[in-house]
Amino acid sequence: MSAITNEFLLERLNQEFGAKVISAELPYGMLSIVIDPSVIVDMLKWLHEDKILKFRFLTDICGSHYPDLKDKELCVIYHLQSMENNIRLRIKAFLPVSNPEIQTATSVYSSANWMERETYDYYGVIFKGHPNLKRILNVDEMDYFPLRKEYPLEDATRTDKEDQYFGR
Amino acid sequence: MTKEIKIAEAPPGFEGQGFFATKLEQVIGLARANSIWPLPFATSCCGIEFMATMASNYDLARFGSERMSFSPRQADLLLVAGTIAKKMGPVLKQVYLQMAEPRWVLSMGACASSGGIFDTYSVLQGIDKVIPVDVYIPGCPPRPEQVIDGLMKIQELVKHESLRRRNSPQYKALLTSYGIE
Repeated sequence: MSAITNEFLLERLNQEFGAKVISAELPYGMLSIVIDPSVIVDMLKWLHEDKILKFRFLTDICGSHYPDLKDKELCVIYHLQSMENNIRLRIKAFLPVSNPEIQTATSVYSSANWMERETYDYYGVIFKGHPNLKRILNVDEMDYFPLRKEYPLEDATRTDKEDQYFGR
Repeated sequence: MTKEIKIAEAPPGFEGQGFFATKLEQVIGLARANSIWPLPFATSCCGIEFMATMASNYDLARFGSERMSFSPRQADLLLVAGTIAKKMGPVLKQVYLQMAEPRWVLSMGACASSGGIFDTYSVLQGIDKVIPVDVYIPGCPPRPEQVIDGLMKIQELVKHESLRRRNSPQYKALLTSYGIE
């Protein structure tokens, strides 16, 4: 049992941020909101420091690519948890692929450092103000962002596999 | 215990009372082939299968590979078992460079040989992209019997390798093609 409910959480968020909370849904009982990217740090800080909510744990930051959504191609997804209240929250911020910039969350959660580097590594999201924004998992020489859907998943540099043996 | 002990066959030569004459090359080849020290560079499931090959059931020690060398300086054979990510490529190459000549490379399993099922942006599509390979073992992962077969193929190579091979222009050209001086 959650000490606070999703409805209460959403009400508080709407009170505090108003129209900056664009939409909300409840997939599998977990509150999932879409926000204006400009308020992300304020929102994380507020959730972290609120006397009741106490979202002190950043479970994950990840990215996603929706090539068909015009000017909302890239999405940064934050998963938060309030250990004390036993409740989780998912925050989505959509960014245009032409200018994928969002403020870094490292000022609120130190653990965001590596997660943001990973999101940068795979989706090319620029986290403004990040102390060390460089690739973390892939080779430094890589010149593209592999999980964007504009690239083939296969290694484009390989020469030894003949197409005819692989049904291409 | 009256078990018959099998010893390596002598190379062809002239034998008489108190003497045996043969080529130095073959004697050295015989000695090297039966005392290969492998460096297991195991990154994933092929490494587990290789552990089985080393252990008592399959007993790689029968082939003179008793001692796994975990230092490249004292290793003769680089045994690469498992998926090599592109980020691991330079590490693998450095290990290879640290080995002293003569050195051999055994590529174990589909991933090390060709990238295997991991036809993707992060995986090296075969270790022969960064270092020269002597023997490839197919399989995903290969059975210990296949690993033993691969090692015996290496032994054959070692046994019949010319002492001058490592100084030959062909060998130098091979290394140069990998950017190794």
